[in-house]
Amino acid sequence: MDVRMGGRPVVEIRMRVNGVMESLDLEPRVSLLDALREHLGLTGTKKGCDQGACGACTVLVDGERINSCLALAVQYDGRAITTIEGVADGEHTHPLQSAFVRHDGFQCGYCTSGQICSAIGMLAEHGAGAPSAVTEHLSADTIELSDAEIRERMSGNLCRCGAYNGIVGAIREVASGESGRDVMEAAR
Amino acid sequence: MKAFSYVSAADVPAALRAISTEPNAKFIGGGTNLVDLMREEIERPDTIIDITRLPLSGVEELPGGGVRIGAMVRNSHLAAHRLIRTRYPMLSQAVLTGASAQLRNMATVGGNLLQRTRCLYFYDGAAACSKREPGRGCDAIGGFTRGHAILGASEACVATHPSDMCVALAALDATVVAESVRGVRRIPMTEFHVLPGDTPDVETTLAADELVTAVELPEIPVAATSAYRKVRDRASYAFALVSVAAALETTDGAISAVRLALGGVAAKPWRAHQAERVLLGAPATDETFERAADAELAPAVAQSQNAFKIELARRVIVATLRRLHTEGSAA
Amino acid sequence: MTQAPVHSRPAPATAERSVGKPIDRVDGRVKTTGAARYSAEYPYPDIAHAALVHATVSRGRIAGIDAAAASAVPGVLAVITHLNAPAMKPPPPVSMMNLSTLASGTTVNYLNTDEVHWDGQPVAVVVAETLEAARQGASLVRVTYETLPATFDFAAEEKNAKPQKSDLVQSGGATKGDAEAALAAAPVAVDLRFTTPPHNHNAIEPHATTAAWDGDRVTVHDGAQNMYWVRDNLAMKFGIPAANVRVISPYVGGAFGGKTMVWAGTILTVLAARVTGRPVRLMLTREGVYRTVGGRTPSTQRVALGAEADGRLTALVHTSVTRLGRVGGGPEQVTSQSRHLYDAENILVQQNLVKLDLLPNTVMRAPGESIGTFALESAIDELASELGMDPIALRMRNEPERNPIDGKRFAHRMLREAYARGAERFGWSERTPEPRSMRDGRWLVGMGVASAYHPSWQFAANVTVRLSPDGTVVVRCGFHEMGMGGATAQAQIAADALGVPFEAVRMEYGDTALPTGPGAGGSGQTASIAASLLSACEKLKRSVLALARRSGDSPLRGQRMTGVEARDGGLYRTGGAGLGESYAKILTRAGRDSMEARVGSDTRVGAIAGQVRFMSKLMLDRRRWVKAASGAQFCEVRVDPDTGEVRVSRWVGVFDVGTVINAKTTASQLRGGIVMGIGMALSEETLVDPRNGRIMNPSLAEYHVPVHADIPAIDVSWLDEPDPTMPLGLIGVGEVSITGAAAAIANAVHHATGRRVRDLPITLDRLL
Repeated sequence: MDVRMGGRPVVEIRMRVNGVMESLDLEPRVSLLDALREHLGLTGTKKGCDQGACGACTVLVDGERINSCLALAVQYDGRAITTIEGVADGEHTHPLQSAFVRHDGFQCGYCTSGQICSAIGMLAEHGAGAPSAVTEHLSADTIELSDAEIRERMSGNLCRCGAYNGIVGAIREVASGESGRDVMEAAR
Repeated sequence: MKAFSYVSAADVPAALRAISTEPNAKFIGGGTNLVDLMREEIERPDTIIDITRLPLSGVEELPGGGVRIGAMVRNSHLAAHRLIRTRYPMLSQAVLTGASAQLRNMATVGGNLLQRTRCLYFYDGAAACSKREPGRGCDAIGGFTRGHAILGASEACVATHPSDMCVALAALDATVVAESVRGVRRIPMTEFHVLPGDTPDVETTLAADELVTAVELPEIPVAATSAYRKVRDRASYAFALVSVAAALETTDGAISAVRLALGGVAAKPWRAHQAERVLLGAPATDETFERAADAELAPAVAQSQNAFKIELARRVIVATLRRLHTEGSAA
Repeated sequence: MTQAPVHSRPAPATAERSVGKPIDRVDGRVKTTGAARYSAEYPYPDIAHAALVHATVSRGRIAGIDAAAASAVPGVLAVITHLNAPAMKPPPPVSMMNLSTLASGTTVNYLNTDEVHWDGQPVAVVVAETLEAARQGASLVRVTYETLPATFDFAAEEKNAKPQKSDLVQSGGATKGDAEAALAAAPVAVDLRFTTPPHNHNAIEPHATTAAWDGDRVTVHDGAQNMYWVRDNLAMKFGIPAANVRVISPYVGGAFGGKTMVWAGTILTVLAARVTGRPVRLMLTREGVYRTVGGRTPSTQRVALGAEADGRLTALVHTSVTRLGRVGGGPEQVTSQSRHLYDAENILVQQNLVKLDLLPNTVMRAPGESIGTFALESAIDELASELGMDPIALRMRNEPERNPIDGKRFAHRMLREAYARGAERFGWSERTPEPRSMRDGRWLVGMGVASAYHPSWQFAANVTVRLSPDGTVVVRCGFHEMGMGGATAQAQIAADALGVPFEAVRMEYGDTALPTGPGAGGSGQTASIAASLLSACEKLKRSVLALARRSGDSPLRGQRMTGVEARDGGLYRTGGAGLGESYAKILTRAGRDSMEARVGSDTRVGAIAGQVRFMSKLMLDRRRWVKAASGAQFCEVRVDPDTGEVRVSRWVGVFDVGTVINAKTTASQLRGGIVMGIGMALSEETLVDPRNGRIMNPSLAEYHVPVHADIPAIDVSWLDEPDPTMPLGLIGVGEVSITGAAAAIANAVHHATGRRVRDLPITLDRLL
């Protein structure tokens, strides 16, 4: 599968990114994050630490949230990636995007893409009944999405501006409203 | 990160053939630890063998009553699995306290077993570390050792194992199933990781050409009454200072079954056999819990900055057992 | 690609007042859709990537550099070291007539010297076709050193600190009466020592630069808090006119002081672009940020308080030791709040400094007061315990009428009101004073308070305002948006000043091609721009009125400005029938396609004149007034009695920040400071190995900033009383809320546990 190009072995990778099939020739060492930012020009996904410690690079892979900085792009050959650029439904922004604006769930904006992608994945996980470290009864069938649950489930996304209250507020609003169900349906 | 070649294995035999023929090769699962270590130039493989497409993603009941967990099961899927949540709640909890949701969606069970230490000096290429370079010495000793070992350390290395999942597996008498071209081997969890001694670069008993294909849990009724308690420097998304995996069952006020393991205290998940001996058959009281903790921690030795961990471990053992006794399980 | 951001909206027909409203951010959509471009995100064809090589000794000379392996990496274009780098000019001496001379993070002339001054100093830059090749190359550069004796252990060197000298801007010490004698004679006294560790800003966006040369002109995308300092510094270093450097910085991914100075990464990206003839991008690794961008100094502080039995303070002593780098850094105003907060009869404040062979310190959110209030406000709480008084009552007993240290007037002082309102919102009366007396299940519960205090600043700002016949307004000013919401706030101000809808105002910012804006620092940006913007709007209205007055058809004929108000998109006579007409009508009738007013000059002479005007106004103002934001911080903590884990469970902050321009963004700013204060109190510490001066936790995994789960709902509010000496009565809100936060927590921890922790961070081991 290796071909030589410019002295470095590259691999052909095909991924569906935000609904568009993309074909890339990449060195195996290129991270999914750098593939998105440097090779596809999708700079909405951010690099904050490049070591899995901040969550700014969060994207959805087949609906599940991951840290793209610790993902080798080559391992995601054939998968469907959704970045912040792809969460809106055409001209209509995702309910979380508008809720983040209303609740001021950001200041500098740099962690925001990751927070929103993470929240989309989180609501899907919760909708599927997944527990968290603060879930009191692990065997329960349904888990109420309390503020404490939201905070624990979102703790993989740092916000140094400290917009945590606004982020939790935005997620709470979307999760509790009609729009929340749409989010979960869409992500499933 | 140096350049490397990439091979994706379609089945287990192909993966085993690749690891036995490619020089300086490494398996990659979720990559959450390996990619970071490669970027830091600590791991420098020439070939990466991708095993995420192997059919090892199942969690199934074993005929004898236990559970078999495929090595490629994602941490998040393991924690959310009904069988685990109801029969082994400590394992669900342990996994859920590790890292972040995103990382748990990537990280595999097999990879979690092979996580490497978070010692600051292991991570810093400018520091002396015998784990990175055998015989080079240890700059952690006399340095920042809040996160370091109080049990089983050596003059060559005082690092701790960072995994939460492994602590629960150690308490649950899990077995690691490893395969190579030479055959299948079953390694008790408590013998999977090794203490540093003079060779801190050797962290497990897994051979270089072996692939972890599964982890098996025996049927342990007491595990249904279990919990994992992790103490760390912030409320979430941090490695353990001390953690305790405990299962407890009492009959007529006496402890009739118990499992206990500690995390954050040693180079391996620390099964607390000494404590279990004290606990079994004794009355379920604070006094017993304290005696058990003292027995386990008697050989503990502090580094310059982590003497508090001995007292902390003692308190967390007692508090976790007390809560299990009075309030029951997390399930 | 090099456009400043514009946010245009359709203009609605009627205008209502904007100031004070919780208006959504104008950049909300671009930030939530990923469309906002930060400095590493500008596409250039043919871009090359750079990576830094850092020294691994604290002091020495480079004995040899072996770049062969790095150069052999496929795709590596250049390995730039002191052996082959073109000459750059060293940083200039600091001058108050050109504040950009303050811009250098260090005095080191990177890659123009074989000297190493700290562990982490950049000693080589590798440029490559790809990011991966650049980083691999950097890992392969082998550097050997002749090491030299060095001192880097703050705890050991603290005794060698020297008193800080006072200068025009900062004062190193002050006295009133004889505080030590009063302390010795006081019936009740505390004499305490506090320590705070080094901190790093940890903006989630690592410092990043994209630089492209075109002949002797260069365009630089750089996350900056002061683009003009970056511009002037680069022009000086590369020997080109400032006009040849354009810095573009519309979005900055957090800064908190860390992007105020010019650090190595910025300079070396521009150098790498010049050497390779390619556009070059460098995003520092997270470790690279720790190794090349200074952080907050550690401190040791003594606070001694003497009081009468009734709580009246007779003596207040606050001294501090902080560190500088031997190659840069500045003193922090650690004792500043101690001159202003309490009406003590005798006061002694003195700051002391020690220079070490470490990366120089730099400003970080409320430099000085954030850690100074920890010590002072903890000590006040301890004194209250000694006196058996309520800590708020003790503060109110010593609340001054005039500035305690020198008797100057306060421009504004409402701490009494802040405490009264805060106590009510928080439920302070439900607190039982005895430590360990409150519980919730197994948790120990504690409540603590502390005062927040931060001086308010105002800097020079040039602004233009342009009005079009369609009633839209464009405000142009090269200011900085790191998340404070500046563009939104200024659009609100302009809308009200001109009587147009908020939506009709478009802001252009973040580009040195615009009129020179203020730096973002000292919580002064909003007030600085507001002052100029208001006067530009005033000028514009006068010009428009003059235009109308000349027309026989206008109902404004013969009117003076005093009889005219701006509203509903035009000028109207006050009172009576309110006759007037729209801007559109006035401009259209006069055949004007726009009208513009300008405040400040960007010519060289104009800039110097502006600087002189600004400095003399600043000095005059400081002689007359003491100006500050202040507040009362209330917090509740829960402490696990088994493990000593501390969780903040409730927070109420009431602030006196004058007029609030935008209720939404102001609340976020205030909460953000509190969140950073919670981190400072409980978990944040940069670990500098005392054996070699090397930072050992240069990582977001090992430097613990607060995560979602650490932060409860934070109730912030403000008194909303204008400060009469500030434009629109507003006081900056960027820093005040981190002050007092750590003390409030330490005091609550004491209330919960009976344990006084005087050394930050309050990690659980201190409570076992």
